[in-house]
Amino acid sequence: MGTTLAVARREFRSFFNSPVAYIVIGVFLVVAGWLYFSTVFVAGEASLRAFFGIAPVLFVVFAPAVTMRLLAEERKSGTLELLLSMPLRDWEVVAGKFLAALGMVAVGLLWTLPYPLTVAGLTAEGARFDWGPVVMGYLGLLLMASSFLALGLWASALSRNQIVGFIIGLLLCFAFYFIDKFAMVLPESAGELLQYLSVDYHFANIARGVLDTRDVLFYLSLTAVGLALTTRTLGNVRQ
Amino acid sequence: MIRIEGLTKSYGATQALRGVSFEVHRGQVVGFLGPNGAGKSTTMKILAGFVTPTSGTARVNGIDVTADPVASRRLIGYLPENNPLYEEMMVRDFLDFVAEVRGIPRERRAERIRNAVDRCGLRAVLGKDIHQLSKGYRQRVGLAQAIVHDPDLLILDEPTTGLDPNQIVEIRSLIKELGREKTVILSTHILSEVQSTCGRVLIINDGRLVADDAPERLGKGEGGTVTVVLASRTGALLQADAVRAMLEGVAGVTGVEMAEGEGAGTLGFRLRYGAEDIRRSLFEAAVRADLCLLEVKRQHVSLEETFRKLTGGEASRGPQDPGTPSLAA
Ligand SMILES: Nc1ncnc2c1ncn2[C@@H]1O[C@H](COP(=O)(O)OP(=O)(O)OP(=O)(O)O)[C@@H](O)[C@H]1O
Ligand SMILES: [Mg+2]
Repeated sequence: MGTTLAVARREFRSFFNSPVAYIVIGVFLVVAGWLYFSTVFVAGEASLRAFFGIAPVLFVVFAPAVTMRLLAEERKSGTLELLLSMPLRDWEVVAGKFLAALGMVAVGLLWTLPYPLTVAGLTAEGARFDWGPVVMGYLGLLLMASSFLALGLWASALSRNQIVGFIIGLLLCFAFYFIDKFAMVLPESAGELLQYLSVDYHFANIARGVLDTRDVLFYLSLTAVGLALTTRTLGNVRQ
Repeated sequence: MIRIEGLTKSYGATQALRGVSFEVHRGQVVGFLGPNGAGKSTTMKILAGFVTPTSGTARVNGIDVTADPVASRRLIGYLPENNPLYEEMMVRDFLDFVAEVRGIPRERRAERIRNAVDRCGLRAVLGKDIHQLSKGYRQRVGLAQAIVHDPDLLILDEPTTGLDPNQIVEIRSLIKELGREKTVILSTHILSEVQSTCGRVLIINDGRLVADDAPERLGKGEGGTVTVVLASRTGALLQADAVRAMLEGVAGVTGVEMAEGEGAGTLGFRLRYGAEDIRRSLFEAAVRADLCLLEVKRQHVSLEETFRKLTGGEASRGPQDPGTPSLAA
């Protein structure tokens, strides 16, 4: 456990030592901010609906951008040899990397907090601002981010090239976002299955303000699958 | 300390190791020699617990490196080939990270790091980022991370490549010092390094172990060469062919090659000999032929020659070398 955290801490620090971190988070904040304020001022609606509505698409792009270098870079520079010859289990390495990525996303999300605060401020006259869906929405975002990050981490383990890692991660995340988008043209049972596999569908459930164990379980299992695949791929790197 | 049995490793179609077995006892400093691609690094990677062998076993202190990798890795300090390091980290933070992952308890960490830093002479660069360091300092950081947890076994893959002569001497003496208390395996392409630091040499070729002995014994096979420089005692012009014929007639000489002389009026030759010492009869023969010996230098078969013989590099010697026309055939 301690060693996992050591790996996570090192990764987290080195992320924030690189300009990439600030570019990724900066772009994320600009896009998210634009979404906030376009609804608030253009549609005159004091809610975060538009933001939460588009957040899954944002994460399809940003999660792989955060994870792309985590293992690809170590493979390329050879430091993976250093890491994998230390007294750590492979899953501890993977868990450390994953926690670091989740921490990076959490920091990015922390910076969006001024947005709901502004919206809440604007609501002050008359109606009360409902914090319930906002808290749920953020929780949902973190869960969704976990699953995307786990997939992105696997993509990063597959190649020595960050860009390849990014593209594979993007495709994987996009697949889980897009999978239910033509569910309506399919027979009902198949449609339901696809819907169950859709990251977007579960997020919409949570963002409505209802925390259902099925939604939470879905994200946790997708995360577990992604991390297990990453661990397996690391094992193959040793072959 | 180390027991390797029937180790094989294939990377796809490449057979990197074809059954390597050896044992190393505690406190030995072992040098790994072999041509490029022989399988030195592969063996070290397996021992260090980075690469999984295809078959065979490797044990460190009785612990199988594939069955219980975490336990065996705890006993090892490893400097990989090319010394990969987290470039963007500060030296201090990097060593701290390694110490933590290596499981040194927090209260002993500062002291262990200080010890490694002092031994490797890193005090001055602790606050620098690793990518700012010169090659020699990087190498020291690599060594420091390998010894920070005070391991019983050190595996150093080409620890002195790319260093300047001063740094090579420093790193070698550091390795020697470490070798007094620890078991060390190091690989190198510098044969003299093995002679100066290792008590035992393993030569590996094409995935197989081809020699295993003390360096001085591997270097002292049968016979050797005597290099001579001759001049005429009377000032007469020397006839190379005549002198060569005279030298070939000396008892014990098995081959004669031209070598460099010392300028006008002198001739140099390299004589091969078998078991017996030829210097005495050489002297007598020279006197009889009215020649004086300006220089006589005997060399046993060198580690280099043994290396070439065992690893099939012999063909590249002699005839192809334009500087010394070979007449030994
Ligand atoms: N990751 C890998 N994938 C495929 N082949 C590999 C890999 N690593 C090593 N090999 C092959 O295995 C063989 C042994 O390589 P190894 O690195 O052990 O040699 P070495 O003795 O360390 O050589 P050098 O003196 O050049 O460092 C070589 O033929 C090499 O091409
Ligand atoms: Mg090598």
